[in-house]
Amino acid sequence: MAVKVIQRRPLSFWERTYLPQVLGGLRVTWRNILRPPVTLQYPEQRPAIPNGYRGVPTLVRDPNGREKCVSCQLCEFVCPPKAIRITPGEIAESSENAHVEKAPKEFEINMLRCIYCGLCQEVCPEEAIWLQNQYSMTGKTRAEMVNNKARLYELGGTLPDSHLKWDHKKAEAERQSGGHH
Amino acid sequence: METFLHDLLASSALPFVAARGVILIGIVMTIAGYSVLLERKASAWIQGRVGPNRTTTPFVSWIPFVGTFLRLGGFIQPAADGGKFLFKEEPMPSHVRPGYYVLAPIVALAPALATIAMLPFALLPDGTPLALCKGADVGVLLMFAVSSLGVYGIALAGWASNNKYSFLGAVRGSAQLISYELAMGLAVLPVFLLASAPGNDHGLNLAGIVASQDGLWNILRQPLAGLVFLVCIFAETNRHPFDMPESETDLVGGFHTEYGAFKFGLFFVAEYGHMIIGSSLFILMFLGGWHIAPGIPSVGTGVVATLAGLGAFLAKLGLFLFFFVWVRWTIPRFRYDQVMRLGWNVLLPLAVANLVLTFLYHAFAG
Repeated sequence: MAVKVIQRRPLSFWERTYLPQVLGGLRVTWRNILRPPVTLQYPEQRPAIPNGYRGVPTLVRDPNGREKCVSCQLCEFVCPPKAIRITPGEIAESSENAHVEKAPKEFEINMLRCIYCGLCQEVCPEEAIWLQNQYSMTGKTRAEMVNNKARLYELGGTLPDSHLKWDHKKAEAERQSGGHH
Repeated sequence: METFLHDLLASSALPFVAARGVILIGIVMTIAGYSVLLERKASAWIQGRVGPNRTTTPFVSWIPFVGTFLRLGGFIQPAADGGKFLFKEEPMPSHVRPGYYVLAPIVALAPALATIAMLPFALLPDGTPLALCKGADVGVLLMFAVSSLGVYGIALAGWASNNKYSFLGAVRGSAQLISYELAMGLAVLPVFLLASAPGNDHGLNLAGIVASQDGLWNILRQPLAGLVFLVCIFAETNRHPFDMPESETDLVGGFHTEYGAFKFGLFFVAEYGHMIIGSSLFILMFLGGWHIAPGIPSVGTGVVATLAGLGAFLAKLGLFLFFFVWVRWTIPRFRYDQVMRLGWNVLLPLAVANLVLTFLYHAFAG
């Protein structure tokens, strides 16, 4: 490997007085004064949230209004800080979603424990849990910091997807049973 | 009313002198408070921030436009900053030496306030300087003597705190202050030499020094002395890059590590008091005091001239205080040995050489 030897130039008289450097430094800080501030006046101005931001985890519905979660509890198992607690429940026979396996009776995410890692979103086979844009979560009591099912759906809204997996399953099941008759 | 005003300004009766003192302390405290605001705002500008722009009070915020301006400019902030100290708990650590611990902030502040009594701010219409102790011929000597007593506050605080960080800060501080005092004293001698040249007999009087700059300001006649004095007042006021007694990166808080609440506030005000004194001294001795511009000693006559002079002095003071902050965010803190080397090996010989050269010039050429 070639070694390049750089001759160190001795400092000139003016450089040894440090005065040119001090003046240069003063010029740099002065130009910084003239530059506009980068401060965001937070509560009034809000930061732009980039795509793929991992905010507060939420539950979503599909375009037909069906809750996507089937309470498989994979998120509950994968959650590193154990912030998620799911109480699985049956779907009533009379419901039009009766063909879906299960639904959560209660779904709680303790935001005092959540570390916003996004593993729940990654592990979900139903694309039912999403970390969305909300970045600020405040409450006056510990209980307020636990998001229950109603709150999670309120925060989550609807996921505009088009594959409607369970409707296709239902249609396929009806077609097959129809074929046997 | 008129006689009362006159007495307030000029009477030598004790109540009037005391009233003048209280007014002066009030003015200086206000300037100190607003230099804290200047420090916070200028620091913010240099760092690309906005600085304090939220603090306001009900009555002020109700005034249209002006209230908003005061809030955004942070003009209420000094009251909040100072008031905060009043409402804080006063902790007294169990390991300190109590008497000296309480005494130290007072010893730090008293010289700063006492020195201001000697400071002339403008020239009154009758030709006497606007100062609490007017016409003190020993003015500048007394100022140097009293203001250097401020180091006792730092030394006492470091020792009374009974804490190694405080102690190290105090040791560094006292060594630094004593070292730079020499160069500072020698740097201003040529200025007095010029002021006391034959046919130009102004003595040690600060107003006389200002009068001797009618033609050219001393910074133009004695640039080297000005530079040495400038570096020395940064060291004497413990400002960056010479804040050895504080050195918060290696000594926690330096000499005031163990202090909180109003006692810390007193140290804080003392530092700004010293900044005001240092800046004023530099302005009086090198920047023409209350002169409007080099070669233009005054405009108008009578009261107008006085007010113009006072305005010029205060404007220079504001710019100089800004310069302190500007330098603070430009130059990093020196190491202790660098401070000592700069003081003893560079500034002291420079000041002596400058003095000798000035002597020789005036003896043979002047």
